[in-house]
Amino acid sequence: MPYKKAEQKFSGKINVCEIGVGDAAISIGGENSLPFLGTEGFKTAVGIAISDVTDEWSDCFGTIYGDDLKNPAALAKAAVEKSGADFLLIKLESADPNGADNSVDNCVATAVAVEAAINVPLVVEGCKNAEKDAKLLEKVAQALEGKNVVLFSAVEDNYKTIGAAGGMAYGQKVSAESAVDINLAKQLNILLTQLGVKSKDIIMDVGTAAAGYGFEYVASTMDRIRLAALGQNDEALQMPIITNVSNEAWGVKEAVSTLEDAPEWGDQEARGIGMEVTTASACVVGGSNAIIVRHPESAKAIKSLVAGIIG
Amino acid sequence: MAVKGLDIFKLTPKTNCKECGFPTCMAFSMKAATGGVPIEKCPYISEESKELLSEATAPPMKSIKVGAGETEKTLGGETVLFRHEKTLVNKNLFAVELSDAMSDADVDAACAKLQKVNYERIGEMMAVEVVAVRFASDAAKFAALVKKVAECGKIPMIVTVDAEVAKAAVAGAGAGAIIMGATKDNAAAMVEVAKAADAVLGVSADSIEALHDLVEEIEKLGYKKLVLNVGETSIKEAYANAVDIRTAAIKGNDRSFGYPSVVFANKLAAGNTNLQIALASAFVLRYGSIIVMEEMDFNAALPLFGLRQNIFTDPQKPMRVEPKVYEFNKPTGKDPVLVTVDFALSYFVVAGEIERSKVPAYLAIPDAGGYSVLTAWAAGKFGSTVIANFIKEADVASLTTSRKLILPGKVAVLQGDLAELLPEWEVIVGPNEAMQLPKFLRDMQA
Repeated sequence: MPYKKAEQKFSGKINVCEIGVGDAAISIGGENSLPFLGTEGFKTAVGIAISDVTDEWSDCFGTIYGDDLKNPAALAKAAVEKSGADFLLIKLESADPNGADNSVDNCVATAVAVEAAINVPLVVEGCKNAEKDAKLLEKVAQALEGKNVVLFSAVEDNYKTIGAAGGMAYGQKVSAESAVDINLAKQLNILLTQLGVKSKDIIMDVGTAAAGYGFEYVASTMDRIRLAALGQNDEALQMPIITNVSNEAWGVKEAVSTLEDAPEWGDQEARGIGMEVTTASACVVGGSNAIIVRHPESAKAIKSLVAGIIG
Repeated sequence: MAVKGLDIFKLTPKTNCKECGFPTCMAFSMKAATGGVPIEKCPYISEESKELLSEATAPPMKSIKVGAGETEKTLGGETVLFRHEKTLVNKNLFAVELSDAMSDADVDAACAKLQKVNYERIGEMMAVEVVAVRFASDAAKFAALVKKVAECGKIPMIVTVDAEVAKAAVAGAGAGAIIMGATKDNAAAMVEVAKAADAVLGVSADSIEALHDLVEEIEKLGYKKLVLNVGETSIKEAYANAVDIRTAAIKGNDRSFGYPSVVFANKLAAGNTNLQIALASAFVLRYGSIIVMEEMDFNAALPLFGLRQNIFTDPQKPMRVEPKVYEFNKPTGKDPVLVTVDFALSYFVVAGEIERSKVPAYLAIPDAGGYSVLTAWAAGKFGSTVIANFIKEADVASLTTSRKLILPGKVAVLQGDLAELLPEWEVIVGPNEAMQLPKFLRDMQA
């Protein structure tokens, strides 16, 4: 018998979400098949991550960015240039009340300066303190009105503030963060839409883990979310997925151990990139529509992967 | 074609004799229809019917054994496309490629690297299992290299389309070698070579349709120990083929595609290590059975072996680490002791944060059934007695002069009981989340 393709027909479709404005705008999502298996021009966007606190970043980043490492706007420009990324994420880590506890105003100024320095869409990440992020991302949304940025991310404890400010008052995109659990992801999407945020303005941050560190949960969560969105046409899960692997990938011992700590493992920078590329690549085939990495070489590798699979 | 449970039921004696291990003939039939139990388990079904049924109820994807003895591995045998549907059963293998065109020094260096990148992770040895040896020009040198690979304890993959070269090389390759392999031009000769050596035969073709035709042709020649090359010319084609072949086998019940796959990531991204790592990762998730790299150094091995270990775990069985006392940041016998459970995910998260803190410490892991902190506590496997007994049995008090014992914040409720059971220890309630550990440990140290 000649070969006959076993088609997987799906009734659902992932929402299209546009981020950024003007020529720099990109759209993510829109597929009606599992990643890369359809004909609808699905393309994963690749983002580069920076932070306003880079003290604990591996030494290799000092070599790459030099003094720019201490200046978020200069760092943003350099990161986009060196990586060729489709968009940029700035983490406002200095806002952390358990860390530098930088003021909201200072952090907003950083976000504004970063936005002005680049010509790609912007994702603004908070400090992962729900209370502070509510205040911070609300002000960021206000200051960057009209720039169509992604507020990264609303969680159960602050979705009302971030959803109302970002998704409604100031016309930004809202990322909804859940911790590797399809039910929590769905619940937060429903809460945000009930609040009045349009589903096309929501992106899902379903969480991640570094490869080898419980990534099976990430893989299965993404598979299940995509199968529910496409196969069961579950509208509460049809938002594009955005995944920032940079913090996890550069936080595990394979990336953190210096050559001195683990001489047999060889070059530390190559290990960090390997961990980041492996994790990001696994997310890309799992269904992430926008994937965020820290190292410019990681971004290039993932862009090549996506370009290769699309052909 | 798929057989229904009722069709099998008609062939059973319907006596519910239980000799098959099932309570009723119906229960047995339903299970047999899904491939969950071989039809031969029923002693009363006629030979004729058995033959008819065993073909029809065979799993959609064949299990192919490669290697022999200690190196023997099983590929394929999957019944689902996604691990959450049931489980993925046979993990993919990683390979590196050598060639007779390489200098002796380069070959020796490559072999040394194979021996070096070899380590244990959660009770599993991590090393490259297969070495592809690609034929360039020197048949004698090629055969010697294949033999050397086998002697190094790796499974040789003989890469040549010349049946005579393959025949000479497979003689020294040991049992369960892979010949890569058959094309439309040499199929008959290659099948003879593979048959004679009982080797696994790789099949390559220019398109997925041609590959399907060629597999059918080889099956007609009477050989079914096969692996399928997903293609080496473009990433697009290789990825689509890997997915389509597996989907055809599992969902389309296409037995001719019910074989494991081979992915030459080294050919798809020659000279680009990071892209090869990206491809290998993608194919661990999406149906690569043997993934060939140019080389496998720690930058690729650490994340890729870790990813593979994750993806091929049974979703119904939590991954566990060995209960014992682990050391972090080179403790010197006066550092505090943290406690958590033996669930691998909990361990890794806590271990990662202790490392990040750079504070020397011990981490005591009792046998908590492989559950997360709260689940283990609720199941009575991570109570004060369990922890106290472990601290005593492992003689933690002799490891360190510190008497600070840090509990996970989520089981703060155990503090009182534990303090009573371990009177010489100061039982401290740690943070709720592991990510707060570095600050907690540094503050405690200050």
